[in-house]
Order: sequence, then C-alpha cells, then structure tokens
Amino acid sequence: MLEPKYKTRLLDCWNDAKQLRAKYYENFLKAHEMGGIRWAGGAWSFSAVPAGLGDDVYSLTGEPYGATVAYNKDFAAKCHDATEAKGYARDLCAYMRNYWGSIILDEYAWGGEFPKADFLWTTHICCSHAKWYQVAGELEGGVPFFCVDVSVGPYNEMNERRINYIVSQTMDGIEWMEKVTGRTYDDEKLIQAVYNECRATSLWAEICTLNKAVPAPLDEKTMYSLYVLSTLMKHRKECADFYEKLRDEVKDRVTDQIAAVGNEKYRVMTDTQPPWAFLQLWRYLEKYGVVSIGSLYTFGLTGIFEVKEDGTWGPRTTPQEKGIEIETREQALRVLAEWTLSRPEWQHFYSPELKSGMMRRIVREWKVDGVMLHYNRGCEGLSMGIAENKLALRKAGIPVMHFEGNMGDEREFNLERTKSEVDAFLEILGAK
Amino acid sequence: MLGYFCTYVPEEILHAAGILPVRILGSHEAQSVTEPHIFAMFCPLCRDCLAQGLLGRYDYLDGIMIAQCCLHMRQAFTSWRIHIPTEYSYYLYMPHGVQSPRAYPYLRGELADFKKSLEKWTGKTITNEDLDRAIKVYNTNRRLMKQVYEYRKKSDPPLTGLEAMELVVSSQMTDKEEHNHALKGLLEALPERKLRRPTGTRLMILGSEDDDTEFIKMVESLGATLVIDDHCTGSRYFWNEVTPQEDRLLAIATRYIDRPACPSKDWPERTRLPHILKLAKDFNVQGTLLIQQKFCDPHELDIPVVRQHLEKSGIPTYFLEFDVTVPVGQFKTRVEAFLETFQLPTDLF
Repeated sequence: MLEPKYKTRLLDCWNDAKQLRAKYYENFLKAHEMGGIRWAGGAWSFSAVPAGLGDDVYSLTGEPYGATVAYNKDFAAKCHDATEAKGYARDLCAYMRNYWGSIILDEYAWGGEFPKADFLWTTHICCSHAKWYQVAGELEGGVPFFCVDVSVGPYNEMNERRINYIVSQTMDGIEWMEKVTGRTYDDEKLIQAVYNECRATSLWAEICTLNKAVPAPLDEKTMYSLYVLSTLMKHRKECADFYEKLRDEVKDRVTDQIAAVGNEKYRVMTDTQPPWAFLQLWRYLEKYGVVSIGSLYTFGLTGIFEVKEDGTWGPRTTPQEKGIEIETREQALRVLAEWTLSRPEWQHFYSPELKSGMMRRIVREWKVDGVMLHYNRGCEGLSMGIAENKLALRKAGIPVMHFEGNMGDEREFNLERTKSEVDAFLEILGAK
Repeated sequence: MLGYFCTYVPEEILHAAGILPVRILGSHEAQSVTEPHIFAMFCPLCRDCLAQGLLGRYDYLDGIMIAQCCLHMRQAFTSWRIHIPTEYSYYLYMPHGVQSPRAYPYLRGELADFKKSLEKWTGKTITNEDLDRAIKVYNTNRRLMKQVYEYRKKSDPPLTGLEAMELVVSSQMTDKEEHNHALKGLLEALPERKLRRPTGTRLMILGSEDDDTEFIKMVESLGATLVIDDHCTGSRYFWNEVTPQEDRLLAIATRYIDRPACPSKDWPERTRLPHILKLAKDFNVQGTLLIQQKFCDPHELDIPVVRQHLEKSGIPTYFLEFDVTVPVGQFKTRVEAFLETFQLPTDLF
C-alpha cells in the first residue's frame, strides 16, 4: 500500500445524493397514494416530455433499477430464474431481466409489491429498448406503451429531417399521453423540464471535466453514485440543483487539491457498466495508487459535452446560456432532440471509430495511463464495437486490457480471475 | 457489385443504378479471424459474415452497405469498413419505428440521400425510368416467388423446403432479371413435378437468419417437409411488393416499412404474430421449428411469445439454437423426437 500523497475527504453533498435517489424510488412507489401517476421507461427516455402532464408524475427508469437489483445478488438471481422460466434467454440484457423478473415475482427492489406503471414511455436505439417495454407491458397485463425511434445516425451527420423524425414522433407521443392519462398537457412544464435537463446534463459534463485535474477530485466508484441521478430524473429541477452544488464542491476540491484517492499515482479509465455486485474491484485498484477517473460510460451516458475553443472537451453550452428562449411545444421538443442526439454514448451505435476517438480524447485530456475495458455480456448495446475500440487504443499506443463479465448477472463474473488479470495489467503499468 | 448485410437494403435503387446487390452471408465453417474484432457474445452470423470478408472471399465486391438493423450485423459492417479496403460503403439509417406514420417521409428522405450518394459514386444519374424498370423487375421476382410458394400449399408439394431456401438465397446473390427467367422456367415445370418421397409432417420454420442447408436437408430426411418459413432468407424477403406511385422513392420506402417485420422493428404492436399464424394456416402447417442464432437478441425477445401464440393455436413448436455449425447428429435426434409426437400410437408400434 502506497503512502497517501494528497489530502482526501468524503464529499459534503454525498448524503444529498443518497436522499434524492431514495426519494425517487419512494415517490414512484407512493405515486398513486399521492394522487399522482407513474410512468416507466429507459434511462435514455425523453423524461422531460411526461413532465408536461403535471408535477405529480413519477418515473421508474429501467437501467438504474436493473443495476439496483444487480447489487443485491440474491434478488438478481431470483429475477433471472423467473425470467428464464418464462422462456427468455439468459444472454439478454441483464438489466432487462432484472426488471422483468421483478414484475414476474411482483417484488420491488425496495420492498413490497412491484408498482405497476400507468404507461410506458421510452426511446429505441439498441435492439432491446423497445422490446424491453413491449414485453414489460405484456407481463403487467397490458400497460399502454409508446416508443420514440431515435436511431437516426451520429451527431456529426445530423440534419433537419432526422431531427424532425424524432420531433414528430414525440409530438404524437404527447397526444397519446393525453389520451392514456386523460390529462391536459402543459407546454410550460415541458419547457421548464427541457431547460432543467440541459442544465443537469451539461453540469454533469462539467463535473466530469473537473476530473482532468491531478489529483482527481472524484473516483469512478463514487461517480457511479452521482451520475445515476441524471439517469433517474435529468429533467427535474432538484437534479440540476444538486449537480450545481456538486460542481461547486468539486471545483473547491480541485483548488484545494483534495484527492479522491490519497495515494494517486496512476490514472486509468474503464468502459461500459461495471459488474455492479463487484465494485470492490475499484477499491482494489486504489491499494496500488490507481484511480479510475471515469469512463466514456460514466461521463457520456447522460453528460452532454462539446469541443471548446481550445480544442478540449467541456460541458455543452445550454440553450439558456445562449439566450435561447423556448416558446412552443415544438421548439422545446426540437431543442431536446438536438441536445440529446449529441450524447456521447449514442455515437458508437453507428461506428466504433467515433467511440475510439472519444476514448483517445479522454486518455489525452484526463491524463490516463491505461484503459480497462469491461467486455460486458450483460449489455450488447454498450459492448457493441468494444473489440474495435481495443484495437484502436492499442494502435494509438495506449496500454489496454479487457476483462469479461456482466453488469447484472453474477454468474458471468469471476472476481478472482479478474483480479489476476488486473494484477498483470498493473504490473505493465508499473503500479505493482 | 455491392455487398449488403441486411434485407432492408432497398435493392431497387441499386438495380436502377446498374449495380448488382449481393447479400453477404457466412460459410458455416469454423474460423479464427473475427475474435479480435467482435466480442464473442454477438451472434455467429455477424462473425461468420465478417470472416468471409477478412478471408478475402468477397474480394470481387466494389462496395458494401447496410440498412440499419440489429446491433450484431452493424458490427460486421463497421469492422468490414475499417479493415477491408472497399471503394464505397454506405450506412442507410433505416428506421426501427416502422409502425409510426412518421417513418414514411423520413425514410423517403434517407433514400433520396442514398440515391445521390450512388449517383456520385457511379457518375450515373438514376432517372425515374431507371427506378420504374427496377421496381418492375423486383416486383416480378416477388410475384414469381410467391407463385412458387403457392405450390407449397399443396398436399404433396412439388418442391422441398431446401429447394425453396436455395431459390430465395440464390435470388439474393444473382441478377434479378436472370433469376426471373429461371423462375419462369421452374413455374412451367412445377405443375407436373413430383417429389419421389412422402410429404410427411408439414412443418414451418421461423426465426433468425437461416441458410443452413445441411440442417434443412437433415430435417427433410426424417419424414417431414418444410412447407413455409418466416425467415429473411425466405418469405420475409419477397412477401410484399412496391406499389407504384408518382413519388418512386416514397413507393420504395413504403414497401420496406410495410414488409413483414424483423423482430427488431416489430413494436409497439406485434405484427409478426398474426402474420405467422396466417402463414401456418394457409400452408396447413402441423408443427413449427423455431430456430435462433445463438445470442440473436431480436429473436430471443420474440420467441417466447411466438411460441406461446402458436401453441395456443394448436400448433406444436420445437426450439433449436444455431451456431456457425450445428451439431447435426444431436439435432437429428431432437427433431426425430419432435416429429414422433405427430405420429399416431399405431404408427409408433
């Protein structure tokens, strides 16, 4: 174990993040008691859109829910068994199986019966997204379901037609929501939610950008507990407000050289979702002075970036910072679609080269010594093209290793074997 | 010549440009060249297709393209583009939301971009007349294929499932006008043609991409005939035609949006279920083989519901998982056991 080189301390706003998350799941559970309505869908859904139905509309996003289940290995195993007993293959998305398993077992990860959504609202970019909620709706006895197809190509090829395709589907979605809920839609609430979402996702990008500092003010294991809020409620004011508070605190940590890992000597980045039941692997790295500063996954799953004047990556300037006033429903949806299409983690669906480029950028700007790729059997969407990413990083002279596992199904992760692989990699880096 | 990775590619536009579309398929041989490029949790088909490119077996192609489909095939396409020198490549952003009315104008626009791109590559303007001619050739092929399939409804079909599969796969690799010529000849011969074998149990086969002729041959050697399929190497490829209209590109877009869906595009409604059931009824199917390429998520997501739906309708099903090569011996035992369930006790003893 290396001696600490930097001061370190826990985040002051840590408990705020925990409370926001707990409240989110509680709100979904108690939505009906509070006279509200529930919707469920993917973390990449246009969550700002149902916000126009009222302030008492609560969501359950599937991927973070699936990750929560994964952390509880026994419950996850029950969910997988239940899903497989229904005939579904064990190599399907592990989050999806955790989610379906919860429906089949009628058990909520936070206790009690699984709260049935009033409607399902999602987007489709990977093979599983629309099908996830098609099946979920059927398992729940016929919950109304709407899905917006967002697979219109990478951001660097965007044009009005592609944005219009998304906007027009979303306009249809609003009419559909009014029908299935019987509520009248409020465009002002939508507009506010779009502003919130742009603010929250830009702030998260800014927080990630602060991790370029040496020592890194945040480590990736901690970031997992922070980025998650933007996968739950990126459109809500409390999410954006929390990120503002976090940003200020992380800025102070940079100024004061407060490290996430006191003995930081080497910096690595990972890729794709971690095996959630085995996060001790990230602490294992720290024993050898290795901090994982994040990943394209942690940064760009929800964070929205742009290339700044000096050529480096930073938070994308929000519409409100540009002085853009959103006045109509269509304009709000257009801003939202255009903003979302620049999401870093949507680009590799069309080309691994785009992802490799972003990864090389992170290596360069975040001063990364080596890359640990999680070949994640639990998520074909984010593992897509990962072998090409490995080749591209190697070609660029960047030390890279891969370990195989599954984000949500412990049957496909071997901690001891992975530690041995990591040991060999740390030796190559000179950390061990 | 242009290699394509998915049957959502609008071949009419390629034909109109004077390009021969050739479907890229695998060889069903074990290979060791794709491991560095595609993580092993992706389907054997995408790896087998890429292997053919890496091994130089499609070195006669001038270009490649994909119409957006599953994540698996997209990787075969992108790795091909990176590692195999190709003069032309195109990724067509085919919508997934084919049940939305918004998909029609969107795809029409994407096809216009694609047409422009081909014109730039070939230096040839694609006129309305070129498109009309191509639509006619392709529609003729579809109509002729459907006429051939009609014969499979007969109590003693004059062609086997293997022959039907070879007809469709050959049409994906040859010039459609030549194929039409051959089909016309076949249609003249079919009324008199007799298979020197009993029809046996009438089976439907459906699921992932399937060009495993060895498997089909084995099944049909066991006292069964495959009389219909729902494969992209089968009926799904040619089932609907382009309905001509003034806006040719919109007509073509409409055909591809309305075609029998791949499961990756079959949402929010399940249009595949009534379509499959209708095929089963029309072709007097007794049982169904559900096959799935290992790790093929789109089909893995549909198979439990398809299976349930068929069985509720009184059509027994049997599930088999395919890889690049299939264990024919094991599968033979399993298929035999399935076929035995259709026999009366007196047939068994």
